[in-house]
Amino acid sequence: MTWPSWNLLAQSALSGLFVGSLYGLIGLGLGLSWGLLRTINLAHFAFTFAAAYLCYQLSTQGGFDPLLTLLVIAPLFFVVGAALHWVMTRFEVSPFNSLLLTFGLTAIIEAGIQAIWSADFRRLESSYGQQKFKVGDLFVPVPELITLVMSAGLALALWAVLRHTDLGKSMRAAAQDAPIAAAFGVNQRALGLLLAGTCAALAGVAGVCLSLSFTLAPSQIYTWIGVVFATVMMGGLGTALGPLIAGVVIGVSEALTMAVTAPSWAPIVSFTLLIALLLLRPGKT
Amino acid sequence: MNPNSFWRSAVAAMSLFALAATAQAQAPVRIGSTLALTGPLSATAQIHKLVGEIYVEQLNKRGGLLGRPVEWIVKDDQSKPDLARTLYEQLITADKVDLLMGPYATGAILSAMGVAQRYDKVLVHHTMGVPSLAKYDMQFPAWSLGADPGNTVPNTVFSALAAAGKTPKTVAIVTSKFPSIHFMSLGAREVAKKLGVQEVLFLEWEFGNRDFGPIAARVKDAKPDFVWVGAIGLDGNLLLDAMKKIDYSPPLHFHLYPAPGPMVQSADANGALSVTIFEDHPPFNTPPVAAEFTKTFRERATKANLPETAVDTQAAASFTAWQILEAGVVATKSLDDKAIAAWLKKNKVPTIQGVLRFDGPNNFGDDLMRVKQVQNGRWVVVFPPDVAAPGVKLVTK
Repeated sequence: MTWPSWNLLAQSALSGLFVGSLYGLIGLGLGLSWGLLRTINLAHFAFTFAAAYLCYQLSTQGGFDPLLTLLVIAPLFFVVGAALHWVMTRFEVSPFNSLLLTFGLTAIIEAGIQAIWSADFRRLESSYGQQKFKVGDLFVPVPELITLVMSAGLALALWAVLRHTDLGKSMRAAAQDAPIAAAFGVNQRALGLLLAGTCAALAGVAGVCLSLSFTLAPSQIYTWIGVVFATVMMGGLGTALGPLIAGVVIGVSEALTMAVTAPSWAPIVSFTLLIALLLLRPGKT
Repeated sequence: MNPNSFWRSAVAAMSLFALAATAQAQAPVRIGSTLALTGPLSATAQIHKLVGEIYVEQLNKRGGLLGRPVEWIVKDDQSKPDLARTLYEQLITADKVDLLMGPYATGAILSAMGVAQRYDKVLVHHTMGVPSLAKYDMQFPAWSLGADPGNTVPNTVFSALAAAGKTPKTVAIVTSKFPSIHFMSLGAREVAKKLGVQEVLFLEWEFGNRDFGPIAARVKDAKPDFVWVGAIGLDGNLLLDAMKKIDYSPPLHFHLYPAPGPMVQSADANGALSVTIFEDHPPFNTPPVAAEFTKTFRERATKANLPETAVDTQAAASFTAWQILEAGVVATKSLDDKAIAAWLKKNKVPTIQGVLRFDGPNNFGDDLMRVKQVQNGRWVVVFPPDVAAPGVKLVTK
């Protein structure tokens, strides 16, 4: 086996960084919902794809810039997420049952996407798709760079909110001990709606980023579940920076594996990392 | 009984008998099948559904089968081979269909084949990619890829390059590990070796791979004259996208089973090679049956909002499957599965992809795969010359 060139390794690592940032962005809302609301929201993946299709529709039919569609998509999904949380609270759905309920919802959304856009592949051809620039010998594609910037920006912003604001502290307090937090005047119901809406809006942002770089098909909703769950578990539930860091670690590890050995080994990497982490850091996720 | 009452009763009884006989004569021939109407294979299954609807409609306009109308019962196997098995069992035992039509995709076809074998039913199937797995005596393939496509198809591809004066000196073979793809790519390795083409890179990835950046970078580093991409679905598009992002465009590139619509619509895919049994241009669409079918398919596919509206391998194989079944029933004048199977094994069937025979290993006949290329936003057959689109040649950089 010949050792790959440094340029190949660096270009591969860059590719892994970009795809890892998308893992992190999808995982961000999922992890916050799981950690702070105790809702394992499988429908998060369906929201992501629904947003991607909506971006595709608004851009190809409406002629909107894909990034401008965020002005519609993020608030829309905020409302959807908050409404779903209201239903779950109203019917006192347990964390395990939330998994089942949102799985069913995912199947319904998938069927809806298929009914509207058909089962065939859809590709968003945007002006961003053709753009790239060079840093030294490395090529940097603009759509993936947008994803990285969005992912890092949102993760940092949410980290700052959770860490340094009363709102964030209230959210974390409610997640740790709801009755005590309520005794201190934390309005758990309102915070729950706000957080659930934010998580769904994050799925909307992830969907827009997904549509910039990937061809869409309804059944692909399920292909992201494994690796994003690994990302969330590694990054830690309820944390803002964890999924991004874990996503990048997984993405870069997979990419370097593909650059150095057989690409078919790459999927093993994320789960090996997860198992190693669970063994070495029990109770930390 | 007085005579008048007797005659009245007799006439009434005879009328009832005649009515029942007419009803029996016009009872539809029920043909049952499953398709992956939902799930990961549903994009392609929509094509098969559309073709089946068109064929049955046209067949009924021609008078149906054996003077009876044809009713097609199609169930959704959700892209799950295990569900396909259950549904075929249901079609035979509960729905009591007269004949079976195969599902789409190798896994579901194998499931249906097991059930057909248990009940001695003929199974004509659309696009089964691994001929060596088709062991049942009364199964008949509609996709003419030959009994040994792992050898014959790569030979056809390298022959096409040689005929264009572009025999490669080096090749990179990169492939999905998807079963019906992988063995073909391994066959390409053997063929390249026999032809003295140096293999500078061989890579495999798991089905569903998302990041093609590192694979593209490795292909670029290897500098091959020709890239064989063992692609299924979007793999080819994703790899070309990743190549473009690092400013690389392969000199010659072949994609085994790409999603035809996305590939032909991609700005980066011009010059991409693939294989086909039928394309929507002369001489394929010249015969009246093919001309009518391609026209109807275009109209219906447009109406159904399918991204690709031209007939190609999937639609042609699907149409062929119905032609094979019809030919068997018409020739034997019966719905007897054993009689139909015996006739098909001994006779050739003219279809829109050519004349098919079923007397080879596992009932597979000739390899009728042709080489096609994306040229100016459409797929055109470029090899062999006798079926190439008029005035078209394989183009290279």
